[in-house]
Amino acid sequence: MQNPSWSHIEHDADIGLRARAPSRESLFEAMGEALTAVVTDPASVRLERQLDIHCEAPDDALLLVDWLNALIYEMATRRMIFGSWRVKFDGHKLDARVEGETVDRARHRPVVEIKGATYTALSVEQDSSGNWQAQCVVDV
Amino acid sequence: MDLNRLERIDEYRWQIPVDGPMNVPGVIFGDQEQILQMDDKVYEQLRNVTLLPGLVGPVYAMPDAHWGYGFPIGGVAAFDAEADGVVSAGGVGFDISCGVRTLHTKLTTAQLEPVKSELADALYADIPVGVGSEGAIRLSNAQMDAMLCGGARWAVEQGYGVSEDLDRTEERGCIADAKPEAVSDRAKKRQRREMGTLGSGNHYLEIQRVAEVFDVAIAAAYGLTADDIVVSIHCGSRGLGHQIGTDYLREMALAAGEFGLELPDRELACAPILSTLGQRYLGAMRAGMNCALANRQIITHLTRQAFERLLPDARLTMLYDVSHNICKVERHVIEGEEKELYVHRKGATRAFGPGSPDLEPGLRSVGQPVLIGGSMGTGSYVLAGTVESETAALSSACHGAGRSMSRRQARRQFHGRQIVDGLADRGIVIRSPSSRGVAEEAPLAYKDVNRVVDIAERAHLSRKVARLEPVVCIKG
Repeated sequence: MQNPSWSHIEHDADIGLRARAPSRESLFEAMGEALTAVVTDPASVRLERQLDIHCEAPDDALLLVDWLNALIYEMATRRMIFGSWRVKFDGHKLDARVEGETVDRARHRPVVEIKGATYTALSVEQDSSGNWQAQCVVDV
Repeated sequence: MDLNRLERIDEYRWQIPVDGPMNVPGVIFGDQEQILQMDDKVYEQLRNVTLLPGLVGPVYAMPDAHWGYGFPIGGVAAFDAEADGVVSAGGVGFDISCGVRTLHTKLTTAQLEPVKSELADALYADIPVGVGSEGAIRLSNAQMDAMLCGGARWAVEQGYGVSEDLDRTEERGCIADAKPEAVSDRAKKRQRREMGTLGSGNHYLEIQRVAEVFDVAIAAAYGLTADDIVVSIHCGSRGLGHQIGTDYLREMALAAGEFGLELPDRELACAPILSTLGQRYLGAMRAGMNCALANRQIITHLTRQAFERLLPDARLTMLYDVSHNICKVERHVIEGEEKELYVHRKGATRAFGPGSPDLEPGLRSVGQPVLIGGSMGTGSYVLAGTVESETAALSSACHGAGRSMSRRQARRQFHGRQIVDGLADRGIVIRSPSSRGVAEEAPLAYKDVNRVVDIAERAHLSRKVARLEPVVCIKG
């Protein structure tokens, strides 16, 4: 089993997120980190406030989009940036506790705001060795 | 892009011929070199659009087309409601009614030059820009609904501008049939602190110099002469539009089966125009369009205030305001018959030619101004709609340079500080909260806007009127 990892993949106009992880939970957590990295260095985020997020969708791919869109919504409306993600599943129901802080423009030097997670090049899969991988393009 | 999959119509038009499940052909505008450089994803996404029901005529990709989500950026497609046509939230995208507004200033370069740095600082301080910025305007629920119904007209009524501004705004600043009740509370909440904000990414406010005039007669009709200073504002419907897109993409993707729609890409999420969901989306999207128009109107007001303090002789009047992420009901002649169509333009600009009854009298003899945003270093264009564009692409033209490089590639290749310094050496002042953001928007990360508009002109999509060079750029 591999450690969770994420990367940004090439997309002409926007940014693709990709992650690999040993479990569905850690996969979604890594995608949360990849999302923050679009805006700033996740390591620069202080864990000062927490909130809970709940999503439910008919399949894993839609659930991933819902999860990322929930984070995007909270980032936009609370002016927050997240640095910790703890995800639990009950089937296709997701319960998460995320931690972070209010965006500090001087310290985070935020690059770009994220408009939404798209269904383009979207996938959530488990391979034969049991590892999970996902990708999603976000519009910036 | 692989040329073998295309049929060449003429020097600047390439066709994806109808095969298998395709309902209509696809037409891509570009010369051979541009087509070769174009991402294969444009082919794939344009072909996917041809699979949707109720299409009328070909679907088009403009010369600045690149890989988008659902539709390619630069995509144009028209649907007939009576022929089971659809409206697609993916075909409009998240940034509903993103567009460009250009203002005259009645100043010349010589008048601007002594204060340009100070003016850049004033604009950067007055206009909220970038992640985490907030506007000063807070709307109650009733005011929010009034703004969503009234657009730029509402903003002018609130004192953010003058009624003459509306004469030169698409739809006179207000899209009819908006339904604030179809906009979720989440979308309205996301907008609460974002009225009059510019956003980030490729959004900007630029002070520009008219560097070159190509068509003196049309330029005169538009009020442009060489060395004039103008201001261009590029932004959209902010958080409200983004959330409307998010909400309806999901709902349409989940409902597709109920409508018997087989989506080749979930991002093409759509619903029949005449369905309750389709009508609800149209009402919400029109509210999003009004939000974008109100937003650009408020930013215009803030811009005027900054100019007034430093350049009291300036008079900021409207050249035009036109959107490039929309679905609008328009009448077009298809095979000799006039039809009412739902025209989606995703990263494509409406370009009505001379004689269009939709243009105000002052523009009717010359055609609609088509405002093309370039990159920070390479400049922008004012084009004019042509009569020929009606048959070429439902009166549509390109919208910008189009990216040639991903953001990831750009930030590996460029450094924000170097770009700002390099542009400063050329007399271009940049103000931005993010160095990495500037690197991702590096001029070389975009296609050559000159080539894009050349092809748009040669393909009769629009006519070149003037080229604008950046002097000051406020970047999110």
